Amino acid sequence: MRLLTSDVLVIGAGLAGERVAIACASEGLDVTILSLVPPRRSHSCAAQGGMQASLGNSVMGEGDNSTIHWLDTVRGSDWGADQEVARIFTDIAPAAMREMAHFGVPWNRVKGGPQEVFIKGKKTTIVEDFEKEGLITARAFGGTAKWRTCYTADGTGHSVLYTMDNMAVQLGITVHDRMEALRLIHADGNCIGAIVRSLRDGEILAYVAKATVIASGGYGRLYGISTNAIINEGTGSWLALQTGIVPLGNMEAVQFHPTGLVPTDILVTEGCRGDGGLLLDVDEYRFMPDYEPEKQELASRDVVSRRMMEHIQKGKGVKSPYGDHLWLDLRHLGEHHLRTKLREVYDICMYFIGVNPIQELVPVRPTQHYSMGGIRVNKDGHAYNMEGLFAAGEVSCWDLHGFNRLGGNSLAETVVAGMVVGKYVADYAKKSALVADTSLAESFASKEIDKMSHLLNNSGRENVYALRDEIAEVLSNNVGIFRTGGDLENAVARIKDIVSRTGKVKVRTRSTGLNPEISQALRIEGMAKQALVIAAGALARTESRGAHTRLDYPDRDDENWLNRTLARWPEDADEPVLTYESVGILDLPPGERGYGGGKHIPMKATVEEYNARVYEDQKANGLIDTSEPIGSRLPEKAWREGSPGKEVK
Amino acid sequence: MGRQLSFKIFRYNPTLKDNKPHIDFFQIEETPRLNVFTALFKIREEQAPDLVFDFVCRAGVCGSCAMMINGRPTLACRTLTSDLPDTIELFPIPFFKLLGDLSVDTGVWFRQMSEQVESWIHTKEEFDPTAEEERMDNALANKIYETERCIECGCCMAGCATALIYPNFFGAAGLFRIGRFFIDPRDKRKNQDWFELVSTDEGVFGCIGMMGCDDVCPKDLSLLEMFAYIRRKMSGIGLRKRQTVKKDAIF
Repeated sequence: MRLLTSDVLVIGAGLAGERVAIACASEGLDVTILSLVPPRRSHSCAAQGGMQASLGNSVMGEGDNSTIHWLDTVRGSDWGADQEVARIFTDIAPAAMREMAHFGVPWNRVKGGPQEVFIKGKKTTIVEDFEKEGLITARAFGGTAKWRTCYTADGTGHSVLYTMDNMAVQLGITVHDRMEALRLIHADGNCIGAIVRSLRDGEILAYVAKATVIASGGYGRLYGISTNAIINEGTGSWLALQTGIVPLGNMEAVQFHPTGLVPTDILVTEGCRGDGGLLLDVDEYRFMPDYEPEKQELASRDVVSRRMMEHIQKGKGVKSPYGDHLWLDLRHLGEHHLRTKLREVYDICMYFIGVNPIQELVPVRPTQHYSMGGIRVNKDGHAYNMEGLFAAGEVSCWDLHGFNRLGGNSLAETVVAGMVVGKYVADYAKKSALVADTSLAESFASKEIDKMSHLLNNSGRENVYALRDEIAEVLSNNVGIFRTGGDLENAVARIKDIVSRTGKVKVRTRSTGLNPEISQALRIEGMAKQALVIAAGALARTESRGAHTRLDYPDRDDENWLNRTLARWPEDADEPVLTYESVGILDLPPGERGYGGGKHIPMKATVEEYNARVYEDQKANGLIDTSEPIGSRLPEKAWREGSPGKEVK
Repeated sequence: MGRQLSFKIFRYNPTLKDNKPHIDFFQIEETPRLNVFTALFKIREEQAPDLVFDFVCRAGVCGSCAMMINGRPTLACRTLTSDLPDTIELFPIPFFKLLGDLSVDTGVWFRQMSEQVESWIHTKEEFDPTAEEERMDNALANKIYETERCIECGCCMAGCATALIYPNFFGAAGLFRIGRFFIDPRDKRKNQDWFELVSTDEGVFGCIGMMGCDDVCPKDLSLLEMFAYIRRKMSGIGLRKRQTVKKDAIF
């Protein structure tokens, strides 16, 4: 077996992974990035709408600052977020946007003078300040107090990813594409790299590094019906769960985007509604203002998705061979807008479903889109219970998003977390020695080789694609937008059965080389086990918070559930072990979100009492001590004055 | 019942001993709004588990799934079978290294191209996180974005005659990339630098003008206009250079 070494190993070449790699390479470290696909094909490229940062250049963002952004984020999370992490994020986001501009992103800019826009369904004229002309502008997104989402038309992810990859090329960062990490190499809570399979020819290799970073994106494809790219099968989060000791956080917190295209489930950006697009029902009646008079179409995603499903369940959906849907009306935005600022949306509608959004209504319905949960890391990005292992971006539970993420916050998170975590990874790698333990690497590799041989030679009859579809069916039907105890019990039972059957998958083709069937078969155990983590976490959480909606427990219960679910899967266990930790230091006391309805049960403890036990509580769950004490980046009660926090350099 | 579609698919797995390039035939029934993405997965999952092809976003934005569909390079994910005859021939796109069946190594080629054209902003200015961003006219930002919409699918290279003559030809993708930085004022490369980069047979003057790239680009990028623009600019620079040399020779 070949053994390749570097200072830092990054698994995933999307925005978060590349930004971490750039942070490390800029410090003179030797970095290798592994990716399932060429970096520019990573799912980051499909992000359309934009990145939230409180630059406040547009007149509609006037007076914005990182505190207002932070308040929107914490409220949006339904108080599930780590408020300090949210603060770190909102403080750095403006500089991160400027840095990307410096690297080459052609952000749309402020144009001085009167501009015609649509706000809450009405054509309105806003007057942009000539003093701000040429600075980075922003558009409206859901759940925000200000226009704050920086964008390049509706190809923001593409544009930022290409710029980021240009940086990686300039720095000469090694990228090995078509490589899949199958297992972390670790002993006694120290990670020294990963066992990797080449998707080109099936070669098994060991990559050894001082620090290993997982930045492989979400697991949306577990749901089958998802806006996610087909590579988002949870391969990175599985690496962590498989160790038996690293926990996954809040896996039951799954975001459904209000506007997935029907059929095909392709994303139609929130920028459509931000720019004035409206949701209509079967009677072409605009229903959102009835449910959410204040925010209307631009409440946070969990709320809009729930309201849409509620409306469909009242019989107001549009019947179609692909199930009931609603309409997104973009016609009033006009041809110029749709063929410039929303061109990708225009192209997608035209090419994939033959609908011209300039003249016709676009069929949409809420569709699985994002995983708030993931590998639980501390504020430096260091994984719980595992020295030398880091995670950033969607795969992580850093926990900026809690139980609901705001649109535009995840794309911004990739870059900001990449900067923040990248810095700590570089520091960690610089003070660490390379442990090229070949016998340890061999022992982990042999587990994968045995697994492959089992897949080829066992006497079972399970078909990997059928099992994958079964997981998707159970999750979509039983662990969707509205959840009940009965559905979830059923899901847990069925997925447990699927987990046991993954051992009986038989690969029909005999090759371990270039063979998509065996690649899928190697993933199925991780997919099934993570599906069980999602379902079990959802069943246990007897409250409704953010995107996790229990019809049998409709209230947000801060007395019992102001916490984060942590799931570990001990070796040889049949099911995950769930524990709970405090969400983090509270600065903004739990309260009403101001949209979405629903009641909440307040906690009896005071904020001070809650905060006093955060550190011990997280420590008991595997927190690795942070480089600075917990809470150090959270200026106490800064939100009261609405003053911005300090920028982190 | 839908049409019976016959797929003729190029097969070759270089990692298998004794495997030789050949064509396999598959039949599937057409369903409403079937595209080649869904059709290929159906064939893989039901008939040929080892069939190799590449898809990522399946939404026409990542550039993974370029293939020859009935003789034309295009994106498979957004090709509807209803636009095709009963028999559908699928081949890997030419020019790139074949990995197996319909999968080619575009990633490595595009990375090399990026290195070759130095696809990044050339500036000595350090980023200052406390400073306001450099201002830019929104119209210019839009113009740069227009030149950044290439998704590196490789269709232009598959449709390129010149690439068959000059193996190191940048192609439309490379020249379009150069154009993207050429118009960006943040890039401080000088005319001379650009001239050196594109004035060879591998650059803009190698193109024999068949413009197959422009015909097949799935993103409708203005490749023809960009070629003309760079040629005009470079001719101007070349002419000035030549006049200087001549003047030096005479006087």
